[in-house]
Amino acid sequence: MSAVAEVPVVEIAEIPSFKVTLMVRRYNPEVDPEPKWQDFDLTMYGTDRVLDALHKIKWEIDGSLSFRRSCAHGVCGSDAMRINGRNRLACKTLLKDLDLSQPIYVEPIKGLEVEKDLIVDMNPFYQAYRDVKPFLIASDSPERERIQSAADRERFEDTTKCILCAACTTSCPVFWTDGQYFGPAAIVNAHRFIFDSRDEGAEVRLDILNDKEGVWRCRTTFNCTEACPRGIQVTKAIAEVKNAVLRGRA
Amino acid sequence: MANPKVHNHQYDVVIVGAGGAGMRAAIEAGPHASTAVISKLFPTRSHTGAAQGGMAAALANVEEDNWEWHTFDTVKGGDYLVDQDAAEILAKESVQAVIDLENMGLPFNRTPDGKIDQRRFGGHTRDHGKAPVRRSCYAADRTGHMILQTLYQNCVKLGIEFYNEFYVLDLIMNKVDGVERPAAVVAYDLATGDIHVFQGKSIVFATGGFGKIFKTTSNAHTLTGDGVGIIWRKGLPLEDMEFYQFHPTGLAGLGILLSEAARGEGGILRNASGERFMERYAPTIKDLAPRDMVARAMANEVREGRGAGPNKDYVLLDLTHLPPEVIDAKLPDITEFARTYLGVEPYTEPVPVFPTAHYAMGGIPTNVQAEVLRDNDTVVPGLYAAGECACVSVHGANRLGTNSLLDINVFGKRAGNAAVAYAKTADFVEVPKSAIDEVLRLLQHVRDSKGTEKVAVLRKELQDTMDLNAQVYRTEDSLNEALDKIAELRKRYEHISIQDQGQRFNTDLLEAVELGFLFDLAEVLAFTARERRESRGGHFREDFETRDDEKFMVHSMAYKDGDKIKLGWKPVTITNYPPMERKY
Repeated sequence: MSAVAEVPVVEIAEIPSFKVTLMVRRYNPEVDPEPKWQDFDLTMYGTDRVLDALHKIKWEIDGSLSFRRSCAHGVCGSDAMRINGRNRLACKTLLKDLDLSQPIYVEPIKGLEVEKDLIVDMNPFYQAYRDVKPFLIASDSPERERIQSAADRERFEDTTKCILCAACTTSCPVFWTDGQYFGPAAIVNAHRFIFDSRDEGAEVRLDILNDKEGVWRCRTTFNCTEACPRGIQVTKAIAEVKNAVLRGRA
Repeated sequence: MANPKVHNHQYDVVIVGAGGAGMRAAIEAGPHASTAVISKLFPTRSHTGAAQGGMAAALANVEEDNWEWHTFDTVKGGDYLVDQDAAEILAKESVQAVIDLENMGLPFNRTPDGKIDQRRFGGHTRDHGKAPVRRSCYAADRTGHMILQTLYQNCVKLGIEFYNEFYVLDLIMNKVDGVERPAAVVAYDLATGDIHVFQGKSIVFATGGFGKIFKTTSNAHTLTGDGVGIIWRKGLPLEDMEFYQFHPTGLAGLGILLSEAARGEGGILRNASGERFMERYAPTIKDLAPRDMVARAMANEVREGRGAGPNKDYVLLDLTHLPPEVIDAKLPDITEFARTYLGVEPYTEPVPVFPTAHYAMGGIPTNVQAEVLRDNDTVVPGLYAAGECACVSVHGANRLGTNSLLDINVFGKRAGNAAVAYAKTADFVEVPKSAIDEVLRLLQHVRDSKGTEKVAVLRKELQDTMDLNAQVYRTEDSLNEALDKIAELRKRYEHISIQDQGQRFNTDLLEAVELGFLFDLAEVLAFTARERRESRGGHFREDFETRDDEKFMVHSMAYKDGDKIKLGWKPVTITNYPPMERKY
């Protein structure tokens, strides 16, 4: 032990800052002949997310950078993008969790037409969702709530979490080829109703998904499961729908 | 700059906003009248989806409960500024509102016998305050997500027409036989920069809140109060704008919401020394006291030096005594927020929390039919408002948790029905040739302005001053400071410039326009807060610490009068519950 008197510890809140380079895929069809990469050197802090870095660019350096965002904590599904080659939500990806010794590459999700910078045309994605009849089909008209056991409710819990961010569908190599495949998100939303004990529309949806652009195009690469920011077991859900097409809903 | 293309549309019912209230209205209107829903976002991006804990309804599925107790709790929770006839409707129609959602497909959590499960929530009690009651119907801790998804799913089923990523920037009024009525709304199409004029016989505003006037907020970036701001600029009044709710448990430093359900399931707030401090502030219901009381208690712990962390600037939400399986089943999302954003493991560590700007109790005044009022009681025929943008008033000076998801369903439905009924009897109101002039002027001003001020800088200064001066604790001086700062910022706003001069997805332009609305609403809030020299619910004045029923048992009604604000007052409707001291 040293003989020096103990110095009282003064706690100083330190907000660690760090330097980061963002490489952002830029494209404005109004003026650019083709997309290009643009790099931005930024100083960021503690718990900043990729979305904070994009805001810093937009608000302090280049106001024309365009991207979608709203809730900023991973529940609205606006800001799915490709970050270092992986589909993620920008608001849920902390910078400190990435390798900051390298530039961070940010580009639009793949397989949908780029409208401007990180904004893609989501309409084909929404259309596939609407095509699987994503709503309860039931012929009864109860006066109170329908009774559903906790176990029956649990059966489709996982697929109720979907926020339609398109991270799964646009991570799928089959979807990239021609954009005709319904894609994981539409199948997830069909699953949510196919396995709901209150629903009577399973046959219709299974017919739709037995189509040549339906579940059979899935090659179980698990990209979708890895991409889902909500932790949905997407590939498993697709497998369950495949099974239901063959054997009926179990 | 060439003038943008202009498109004209006609619908019986035009709904602005595609959150819970807007889509609930559309579900009523769509089958009976041609209906358009205009939204600045794709519908499922709306902030209803961020609501977590539940929706109140006295189903009595798990223990004795009834709508009258719910009415009382709502009135008391709102510190007696609630219009009691409206609260009665809210509570009475809550049961059907929950059943509607279940019938539409909403996957509520279930009891062992298969009914909708219910849990405790702040301020909801058995028999007029005797003990907490299980009244909140829920779907894990993502009830709002499920409501938003279910309503959108049913809009898809009904084939409702949506105009997504269209920013409504103006409401066109016109006189018919001496009576001013809504004729149309003017929207800016984000994708193309084109202008769209939507003529409607009935027009419903369901545009949500404006939490972005504050820095620390649970609100989305898009919640800039455009709808409320448009109504204000038309010279129509705004009611009770000084009452803004600060939710106790925002993630410290970030403001991301952690549901009150965490406390409903048994979570406990502790200060730096581990003390359960709510026992001192609300001995009976402790951590489940209404939000305004808990938020003030937390801020007070920090002010008096009992905060936790290196700067002693937050308190702790302790869930470590809850079994991990309960946390996983009932609070999965919010515990993940703590892990993702703060790197805290709620199974074993308490979560740093501090109040976050959350919900506007005030807004566009309506009657219980969701009809917008132009003064204390005159209706604007054909104009409706519902949800957070509206003030019925069912929340009074402080909203109870789970009453907002209820509000959007009950009054969204009422607005939809009333809008259809009106459209059946009314003609279109003529749209004047000058209809788009105001929007063109607004956009042109921003595009042409060549000053040195930046939108993001002005917005940050606004948010900083509001957090500093108009938050949980307020004084005459702090509010004057806020008003002075806003006046300064408005001057500087005249000298902004934006960089993006294109037509496609020009969010640079829209953020500048949104900032104008933020200034309007922040100013009305600070002004009415200064004039209400008492403390009530979410409005706490350190220079007037008690409730003053003699002078202030009234709603504030603020009107735009040129560049000034004119203030009026409106009596509170009292039916069964004479004002009492609010203790828990």
